[in-house]
Amino acid sequence: MPAITAVAGCQSCPSGGIGNQDMTDAANTEAETAGGDAPLHDMLDHLQQLVGGSILASKVVQGQIVIEVAVGSIKQTLVALRDDQHAAFNQMSDLTAVDYPERPDRFEMIYQLLSMKNNMRLRVCSAVGEGQAVPSMTAVYAAANWAEREVWDMFGIFFAGHPDLRRLLTDYGFEGHPLRKDFPLTGHVEVRYDDTQRRVVNEPVSLVQEFRDFDFLSPWEGMQAQIPGDEKAGKDE
Amino acid sequence: MGVIDPRQAAPIGPGPEQDAILKAVGDEITNRGFVIASADKLFNWARSGSLWPMTFGLACCAVEMMHSAASRYDMDRYGMLFRPSPRQSDVMIVAGTLTNKMAPALRRVYDQMPEPRWVLSMGSCANGGGYYHYSYAVVRGCDRIVPVDVYVPGCPPTAEALIYGLLQLQKKIRRTATIARG
Repeated sequence: MPAITAVAGCQSCPSGGIGNQDMTDAANTEAETAGGDAPLHDMLDHLQQLVGGSILASKVVQGQIVIEVAVGSIKQTLVALRDDQHAAFNQMSDLTAVDYPERPDRFEMIYQLLSMKNNMRLRVCSAVGEGQAVPSMTAVYAAANWAEREVWDMFGIFFAGHPDLRRLLTDYGFEGHPLRKDFPLTGHVEVRYDDTQRRVVNEPVSLVQEFRDFDFLSPWEGMQAQIPGDEKAGKDE
Repeated sequence: MGVIDPRQAAPIGPGPEQDAILKAVGDEITNRGFVIASADKLFNWARSGSLWPMTFGLACCAVEMMHSAASRYDMDRYGMLFRPSPRQSDVMIVAGTLTNKMAPALRRVYDQMPEPRWVLSMGSCANGGGYYHYSYAVVRGCDRIVPVDVYVPGCPPTAEALIYGLLQLQKKIRRTATIARG
């Protein structure tokens, strides 16, 4: 199952969505000073020659190249990356998407590629708007087949040219796309066995008790409250 | 199951007391050629002594269910043998998270089991949705789909807990009046 990178924008996408240029620079300098990234930068230079026209942005994050391309040039980029003798990114480990509702193009497609020859991984990102079709990569990487079905199921991103774009995980007749941020946690329907109809029926959700979130101190939500005994922390910054 | 003391409804372990009962029954058969017992009790003894569970592992609870069947706890001792077919089983152990998509399949398997049949709900997820209670894809308790006889709490319940639940089920069966009076 594709892991969903629901973290800060700068993690998955080189341009980081809106106004994250500082962080991109910081990541670059950090990577350069760390040393040992020379092969990555050689590869990045090679990629610039190979598919430079399609690359909108690029950076190195934690020993991995991340490039961003437009939706229209995903296919030609991946084909070039796969077929090039030197780059040889001939394996797709994963294909997934992230929902960023605040962005003008709310979805981001993410392709995780692996080059066995170079022992190197590459992430290709692409911003996708709601209702915008993405070209299917099943012809390029067979592994994309079910992954695209899952992304269709979970996010409702349509893949043009997919041979069998059915839902993969959710129930038959399921409505909605659960990993969209605006999908309610509890969904819309629940099931129950109906004795009179002698079958399992769908019904609108009725909860005895609403969901209660006790995770108000979660660092992911931006820790607001002061933890007792931790008053000195953060004073130096 | 072994020998059960009818006055206390408790099993009698190996020893002189058990030997005396077994000898009395043996003598009865040799002398008269038959024994007299209450049909109700006999049926319940037979049913609770050969509970064949349907293998219905859905999640991590299934691993504990396997432990209870493996050599350390050995459900075999109670005459419980896992069956791969619902038509050969008496009890269904719902071990794990029951999703909406699985619910019709679970019900179908239950419907295929011959009477009398029992259901044991194992673990928080099967009991009431558990960790996934508010999920869009999980049934909030398998009792919404099938009638449950015994609930075993835990996440997952240990193998001992499952065995205890099955022994409770045996107790429940022994208390049941098989031949109902009109």
